[in-house]
Amino acid sequence: MNTFRSIVFSSVIAGFIVGLIVTAVQQFGTVPLILKAEVYEKAAEHKHEAAAPPQAILVHDHADHDHGAEAWEPRDGLERNLYTAGANILTGIGFALLLCGFLAVRSGATGEPISWHEGLMWGLAGFAVFTIAPGLGLPPELPGVPAAPLLSRQIWWTMAVLATSAGLGLIVFRRSMPAAIAGVVLIMLPHLIGAPELEHVETNVPSSLSHQFVVAVTLTSLVFWSLLGGLTSAAFAYFDRPASA
Amino acid sequence: MSQSQTAQAQHLPVATRQVGRLAQSLMAMTLGLFIVGVVGFSHIDVIHNAAHDVRHSNAFPCH
Repeated sequence: MNTFRSIVFSSVIAGFIVGLIVTAVQQFGTVPLILKAEVYEKAAEHKHEAAAPPQAILVHDHADHDHGAEAWEPRDGLERNLYTAGANILTGIGFALLLCGFLAVRSGATGEPISWHEGLMWGLAGFAVFTIAPGLGLPPELPGVPAAPLLSRQIWWTMAVLATSAGLGLIVFRRSMPAAIAGVVLIMLPHLIGAPELEHVETNVPSSLSHQFVVAVTLTSLVFWSLLGGLTSAAFAYFDRPASA
Repeated sequence: MSQSQTAQAQHLPVATRQVGRLAQSLMAMTLGLFIVGVVGFSHIDVIHNAAHDVRHSNAFPCH
């Protein structure tokens, strides 16, 4: 199980470091915008509560099944940021495990170690697959902006990720014209089908705030994937040396 | 019955040692997807609330 151990060691180290750095970056990028949007979201909720009879609120909360009064949530401030840091680290480790699996297969196939630069390229592929492609159909959304049912969006998101990764794989690794064409078509396919969206969106979150959020998420994600690619590959090259195999 | 059990016991350590690089990589990738799935996609309220800002910041579908 040497390979598995090397992948896990590399991913935990890289995911931990990248998770902490990204948490810091988010404090300047995405988190202030989320907090601003929540002011609008809460204002809208209060208006709604004032207008609706108590019974209706109960039904409404249950149907939405988030931000419900009964569900635990971290307190604003330090506690909330600690959970954000933890979730960022876990996300970093999770994506690093995925990325490092590819690095291990690739270095096993050619027998050459992965350079940090090649790792960076893999990281950028992750950025394209997990941020750019799903974000075209489902732009990063702020709290308080209504959207299509959650499950339908999660299914489309997953479909976009699978199609884009398969398409990129065909283009990069099968160097033939038909494969390249199939790859491009595959990348376009989820967007031709179209992401689930509401016909009518009514929100008091300003569109300028939503636009800033799209930019902030995309840039934060670029930092995340570049660092994750570079650090995971560097760590894996260290742990996967022939001497330890 | 006992014969097949013995055969299994003899095969298991060999098989475990020979799990190839590809299989080990796939195991790690599955583990990674599981972690991302729980943090980013679980519908359980408590997990959603704990990872709320991360889900929004990663543009995972949320709410």
